[in-house]
Amino acid sequence: MKSSVITFPGSNCDRDMDVALKKFGFKNKMVWHADAELPKSDLVILPGGFSYGDYLRCGSMASKSKIMQSVINFANSGGMVMGICNGFQILVETGLVPGVLLRNKYLEFICKNVFVKINDKKNKYFKNVDNEILEFHIAHNEGNYFCTNDQLKEIEDNNQIAINYCDENGKIEDQFNPNGSIKNIAGIFNKEKNVLGMMPHPERMIDTSLSGEDGSLFFKNLINNLK
Amino acid sequence: MIVNEKVAVDHGLKKDEYAKICELLNRTPNITELGIFSAMWNEHCSYKSSRLHLKKLPTKGKKVIQGPGENAGVIDIEDNDAIVFKIESHNHPSFIEPYQGAATGVGGIMRDVFTMGARPIANLNSIHFGSPQHKKTKNLLRGVVHGIGGYGNCMGVPTIAGQTSFDSSYNGNILVNAMTLGLVKKDKIFYSKAAGLNKPVIYVGSKTGRDGIHGASMASASFDEKIEEKKPTVQVGDPFTEKLLLEACLELMAGDSIIAIQDMGAAGLTSSSIEMASKGNLGIEINLNKVPCREAKMTPYEIMLSESQERMLIVLENGKEEHAKKIFDKWNLDFAVIGRTTKSRKIELYFDEEKVADIPVDTLVENSPMYDRKWKKAKLPKKNKIKKEDLKHLKIIDVLKKILANPNVCSKEWIWQQYDHTVMGDTIQKPGGDAGVIRVHGTDKAVAASVDSSAFYCWAHPLTGGKQVVCESFRNLISVGAKPVAITNCLNFGSPENEENMGEFVECVEGIGEASKYLKFPVVSGNVSFYNQTMDEGIKPTPVIGGVGLIMNYKNMITMEFKEVDNLVLVIGKTEGHIDQSLFARNILNKKNGPPPEVNLFNEKNNGETLLKLTDNNLIKSAHDVSLGGIISAVAKMCIKGKKGISIKKPKYLINEIEYLFAEDQGRYIIEISKKDFKKVTDILNKNAVHFDELGTITENELYINEKTKVRIDELSTYNKSWLMNYMSK
Repeated sequence: MKSSVITFPGSNCDRDMDVALKKFGFKNKMVWHADAELPKSDLVILPGGFSYGDYLRCGSMASKSKIMQSVINFANSGGMVMGICNGFQILVETGLVPGVLLRNKYLEFICKNVFVKINDKKNKYFKNVDNEILEFHIAHNEGNYFCTNDQLKEIEDNNQIAINYCDENGKIEDQFNPNGSIKNIAGIFNKEKNVLGMMPHPERMIDTSLSGEDGSLFFKNLINNLK
Repeated sequence: MIVNEKVAVDHGLKKDEYAKICELLNRTPNITELGIFSAMWNEHCSYKSSRLHLKKLPTKGKKVIQGPGENAGVIDIEDNDAIVFKIESHNHPSFIEPYQGAATGVGGIMRDVFTMGARPIANLNSIHFGSPQHKKTKNLLRGVVHGIGGYGNCMGVPTIAGQTSFDSSYNGNILVNAMTLGLVKKDKIFYSKAAGLNKPVIYVGSKTGRDGIHGASMASASFDEKIEEKKPTVQVGDPFTEKLLLEACLELMAGDSIIAIQDMGAAGLTSSSIEMASKGNLGIEINLNKVPCREAKMTPYEIMLSESQERMLIVLENGKEEHAKKIFDKWNLDFAVIGRTTKSRKIELYFDEEKVADIPVDTLVENSPMYDRKWKKAKLPKKNKIKKEDLKHLKIIDVLKKILANPNVCSKEWIWQQYDHTVMGDTIQKPGGDAGVIRVHGTDKAVAASVDSSAFYCWAHPLTGGKQVVCESFRNLISVGAKPVAITNCLNFGSPENEENMGEFVECVEGIGEASKYLKFPVVSGNVSFYNQTMDEGIKPTPVIGGVGLIMNYKNMITMEFKEVDNLVLVIGKTEGHIDQSLFARNILNKKNGPPPEVNLFNEKNNGETLLKLTDNNLIKSAHDVSLGGIISAVAKMCIKGKKGISIKKPKYLINEIEYLFAEDQGRYIIEISKKDFKKVTDILNKNAVHFDELGTITENELYINEKTKVRIDELSTYNKSWLMNYMSK
């Protein structure tokens, strides 16, 4: 399986993602934002970080990078595109997934482990994951997902919510919502479910010595689903 | 502008210093030259009050590749890997403008580290604020934490450990010390020594603006009531540009184009160019019209004194300009050839085709003033007499709750949750433990780091305090299973012109030197921050020690949470019952005077090294050093983190239960061992003549001393975790 991780000026989880993808068997290539062409890929990843310093609006400048036109075309033709954290922010700026990401409710950066519940398994990202609940890691300042009521209705009608923040037993309540996201949304798909944007970092959960192993579960499953 | 004595004094120079400048130049300096002298001769850059004493610190060791004098210290961690590290203060700017002050402090120290070719892999910080009741404290704390996070998070470097304290002596002067560790290959370390004639001098990074002019001079003076006017002297940080600068520099460093490189920190272009020239015994000629400027009509004086951030000066090999420019273009950074190296051993500056400065490098560096300031030796205070009646009415559990909720002991989760501590994927011990630990990427090795200070001990008796801080750092590293290698220090003091403050400095340094020499824990880098005072009110002497240790196999790392019910808990080291200057004495008995606990270096070394033997044999399940709040506070924290309880039994020789539990005698640790290992462990301890007490056994969920003295761990946890959260949310 071939993957590509895009490096924007200010990306800082690109290496971590590269390490994770390779660990689970992807042949990964790092792709520079100013390139025009995407290498042949089964999966394209927009990594976390602070592209363009989060200036203007998180993800907005990166969404206009040269490479993004190829990424958008790739996604529109059914290619798998995953945006993590800042990558999610870039995805909403391109319109590939609906909604926006506001500043966290308490106006503070949050770095901690959270639990998320998988809402939909009829997609290549979460199909065959045994667990219903995963322990992931978040590290962001603008992860407060928001959309209009009409959008929300459409998202729910199409079952586009990928994961919700919850407690260790899968209870989705306000008190387990770290950033104020509408409906505890932590990740969301496009209509076709080939594009996934999510705030949590599975690449930081790939080793028992680090924060945990649920990221390993996610990547192992993902590569199997893509085969 | 005509330069005279008054203008010189306005620049922070003393009258006799100005006379010396005129004598050295054999003429009156022009305004640009005066600015340069004032920047180089201030306390912050010249170390004029501290140099004499810093010479006494031990700086060499088998593992030391580079000691003080470079951008940062470097230690060998085997297999051609080396760790570059340093701590630096950004106290004055952080008090004036907490967000930018703290942010640029973090940015500055990271630049020092990657200037040497190392990729930053961990940040730490030690921050000190006034009394929680003081009207400025909350906003300063919030601003500083946001600033540290804002910069470090954007750079993608994990903040793995830190220290936060509160004391009214910081009401008018907070302390913000930032430390960075970087990883480099031993044969790819870069230095600041220029070499070769006619080599191009390159400016890269951000453009030069009017921010931060006289920043270093501001940091070399006390505050007065006009502090608000000093805001323009605080630099403004741009972590995004620094991230680009980091990547661009490392890309250029992968080749062989660079002869010397120096970041533009305090005193900007002035100190960076002069330092490179001085170390290389060369001159440097600069055409200031070539310096990329952000604002129109900047004068030579402003260009030379600007402390705009995210800039570097590089001496390049001839013919490499195009190659280097390509890299900086790729990262959208300014790149300009602004001068060349010369044999004149002078700094010669040109602007609009006129020579605007012509100063021999020697006069700025070697001939800079050095003072043997007067200082007063501190007396060891008399011990307090603690009467049995004073202790009788105290209930152990109530006292414990108070201590766990004390601002200086309580959980700092509210702070470190705002720092990205997991980016880079190698953080194996997060903040909240004795030390932060990161894996050396792609290897089995790990590096542990901790920042420590004990201002109360240093204030009570500077010599003992100085020794104690080094020992505490040593212990924190041992507690996570790391072998201590070297330290960096940030020496925060009041005015060196005050004999008592100067005495505190001299004796703390002496203590630090003595302990680091004995423990073979040399000082490889550091920074001095004087004038931490507003009008006449100075801070408590606060030397901060950043310690670094090595774990050869990261799987042998130890954490502090209790692991398993029925395991045994031992106290390593003897408890004499020293109460004076303990948190218990100061906050519960309200006795603020008295001597700090004695430091016995033999015991420190022996206890620590013996614990490392236990670690090597995989005999320690969890460990924590005993510090503020004594044995019971240490044990309670291990319970809270591990969500386990403990049943404590009285050791036989008990002096008095309260003294035993709350004393802050040094050289002690709490360790958890498996019952089946008891003989193996005690054999090793006995063989090495290490005193230990059997403290108790791990249980499910209660700290138990007797039927009347017990408490649930989740209750203790609430006390420990809620103070700071509540304080900040009010």
